Amino acid sequence: MGVLAGFTSAAALVSVARAAVFNPKTFTLANGLTVVVIVNHRMPVVRQVLFYRVGSADDPPGKSGTAHYLEHLMFKGTHTTKPNEFSKIVARNGGRDNAFTSPDATGYYQTVAKDRLELVMRMEADRMANLVVDPKEAVPELKVVLEERRSRTDNRPSAQLDEQMASTLFLNYPYRVPVIGWKHEVENLTLADAMTFYRKYYAPNNAILVVTGDVTMDEVRPLAEKYYGPIPRGPKITRRANAAEPPHRAARRVTLRSKHVREPRWTRDYLAPSRGQGQMQRASALEVLDVILGSGATSRLYRALVIEKKLALSVGSVYDADMLGPTVFGIYARPNQGVTLEVLESIIEAEIASLLAHGVTDAEVKAAKKMLMAGAIFARDSLRRGAGAIGMALTSGQTIADVENWPESINKVTPEQILEAVQDVFRIESSVTGLLLPLDKAVAKTSKDGVAAKKRAKSGRSSHSGKGR
Amino acid sequence: MIALARDVWNHRFGILAFALVFLIALPVDALSIKEVTSPKGIKGWLIQDKTVPLFTMNFAFRGGTALDPKGKEGLADFVSNLLDEGAGTLKAQAFQAKLENNSIGMHFSASADYFSGSVKALLEYRGLAADLLRMALTKPRFNAEPVARIRSQHLSSLRRRVERPGYTARRAWKLAVFKDHPYGRNLDGTEASFKAIKVSDLRKFVIKRFARDNLVVAAVGDIDKKTFGRLMDRVFADLPARADTRALPEAKISGAGKVIVIQRDIPQSVAFFGHRGIKRKHPDYYAATIVNHVLGGGLTSRLATEIREKRGLAYSVHSRLVTMERAGLITGRVATANARVAESLALIRKQWAGIAKNGITAQELKDTKSYLTGSFFTRLNSTGRIAGVLVSIQLQDIGIDYLERRNRLINEVTLPRVRRVARQLFKPEELTISLVGRPKGVKPRP
Repeated sequence: MGVLAGFTSAAALVSVARAAVFNPKTFTLANGLTVVVIVNHRMPVVRQVLFYRVGSADDPPGKSGTAHYLEHLMFKGTHTTKPNEFSKIVARNGGRDNAFTSPDATGYYQTVAKDRLELVMRMEADRMANLVVDPKEAVPELKVVLEERRSRTDNRPSAQLDEQMASTLFLNYPYRVPVIGWKHEVENLTLADAMTFYRKYYAPNNAILVVTGDVTMDEVRPLAEKYYGPIPRGPKITRRANAAEPPHRAARRVTLRSKHVREPRWTRDYLAPSRGQGQMQRASALEVLDVILGSGATSRLYRALVIEKKLALSVGSVYDADMLGPTVFGIYARPNQGVTLEVLESIIEAEIASLLAHGVTDAEVKAAKKMLMAGAIFARDSLRRGAGAIGMALTSGQTIADVENWPESINKVTPEQILEAVQDVFRIESSVTGLLLPLDKAVAKTSKDGVAAKKRAKSGRSSHSGKGR
Repeated sequence: MIALARDVWNHRFGILAFALVFLIALPVDALSIKEVTSPKGIKGWLIQDKTVPLFTMNFAFRGGTALDPKGKEGLADFVSNLLDEGAGTLKAQAFQAKLENNSIGMHFSASADYFSGSVKALLEYRGLAADLLRMALTKPRFNAEPVARIRSQHLSSLRRRVERPGYTARRAWKLAVFKDHPYGRNLDGTEASFKAIKVSDLRKFVIKRFARDNLVVAAVGDIDKKTFGRLMDRVFADLPARADTRALPEAKISGAGKVIVIQRDIPQSVAFFGHRGIKRKHPDYYAATIVNHVLGGGLTSRLATEIREKRGLAYSVHSRLVTMERAGLITGRVATANARVAESLALIRKQWAGIAKNGITAQELKDTKSYLTGSFFTRLNSTGRIAGVLVSIQLQDIGIDYLERRNRLINEVTLPRVRRVARQLFKPEELTISLVGRPKGVKPRP
């Protein structure tokens, strides 16, 4: 009830291993529910994940946090189950369950012994159609969400900066709103808000059922037909038809200074194309670039900044192509002691300039592809990653065929494609730069900045967004 | 309209038999462990698994961060991050390139009691993975560049940890509870202790602490016993026969009833709490596990129900048994807005007292048994997870047949026994509590 994948900054994102190697089997029920099965016979264990094609980016204006609040309320009972009984039944049957909300998807999952699959399918189908929440349950649950926000964000300056950066980078697209919602809006959410959202989006034609583990399609299909089959099709959902970014014309810069920060951090997020936007080949080129530029101890950035110039303690890049809307290519670094973020930034920008001028080599592309392919085999090792990769792809506007084409698409990436992608994405006017700084250092550094920082501290504001360069 | 249609559906499938409790089948076949002795006498456990063409090997040496010399806390941690930064003829970048170019995952870590590692590779690279691991364990270079780099990274990560209120609360709690026992020291290291560690200390650590008599090994993958034996020799046969370590004294648990408040200007207070517990091989271990699960395990526990579900006081609250080589503890954590955290603490004390006084119900016992017996196996869903469990069974010395016996050990626990253990073990007045934040209405108590 709350593993929460945020759309935050580069530093918080983790790349998802890809999927085609999972050999998924799939069919669609008459009511529109997509069913996917990934077989793994290692243990007599199965994992059911039900993904809805709705996430925090679908929250109604002024009601941020609705998708996530509903995710919490989904554990509060149906016509036939009492509040919190869902998890109790799963636990009593030796299983584990939880749920998550991301910008594009909401997911519910259970891991159980194989012979409990029918039980969890029956219960998951039940709450797709029959959620009933007592207002007495909804009120404390909203407080739980507010405590969750305090734990994740309000107690953590780095998470606050991530939040500020996302809402600065995206000028219009709803990824600018945090998954958990803004505090002042979450406080005013009601049960009715959540139920309206539920009735609109929670229907079989807006969901994907993924079952992984010691099970076959022949076993899953009759159970899916029996329990999910009778649920009527909901209204047709056109996802964020008019949501798009306007042209980005000014670089943005966000600085957060906090007395709780001891170690500074530098982050640059560029607006980048996603697979959900149909940019399949460009997304693959950027995934290969992500490996070359900023994944691991032999990546370009790590070698240049950490090993050779000794300016950074850590540096890396991050790119998540499986988003429905525009996504982010991010670079993050922590400076070595005595190195200012400005110096760090200038060296990273020099690396980017060199990339823009010369691109990448054949050898780099070859090595990166090998690493991505091996990663896909490692991903087959667990039940979690297969279901996750398929679910995130299908909730971000892709098809199973897109997923299956992934290795081929990666294989086709050329240094020329990467150079084009770099020139398209690494434009300062469509970026935000985030600086996380301790309070006292800011005061000590330059008098001008110092006065500003003191003023902010006194007025209780811990952040501001600056102007573009 | 839609709601109505859904109601119709509900009548068809409305009566769901939820109370069924099945007997959970034990996946013994999937977990058939072979004990392998290599040609050169190294022992390890193997599960042959053809699911994915991978080879995963986990291992551990007894003796962890608690053996770090006084004033050089952080030594074991430091070593764990340097072994793959150059070994044998390969300098740091060359070693990392070998790993990355061949997609070999290699990790080392140190806990209070053990120094652990793992290697994971595609089947075809298992030989190379073994060679690299041998070099890391027997011929680490500790060149000046990686030593300086990793030292700076460690110091930075220490400073970042201190930024987190939960870390600070736990640190203060451990200090109060363990006092001058090695477990109470700052085993992650401090600025001063890290700077005091020399390359000669790193070298001494490797020579003294990695040996064959304090080693346990487990592997999961598509290989046979013979191949596994040869791989173990390839990695571990060059290690010295005996480790040069000293035994830790048994820990005395102090600080009962103490409340520590560390002021920090944040909206939510984070509290770490707990008191003495029992060790892994104590005869009451399974009964204690059951009682603790009812009290504070997962989202359906009494603590979660009272604090989270009913009152919305926290996003997460839990308690757990911590079993170390020289101490047993029951600990927990909660985070609540400053204004209401006192209420959370009062409820924790109340639930602690309730379970001590009245134990748990027959239904709770039954439900917890089926959870504990079933969920354990659902967690074993990757080669790394399985190999990790096989290593910890060996470290805890609970027998190669443990996976077969485990469910019986849990199912044998009786209600009277659970009640006795609850009464003996859970002492609300002994809770040591450490908070970071601006908690309202919580007074420090010495």
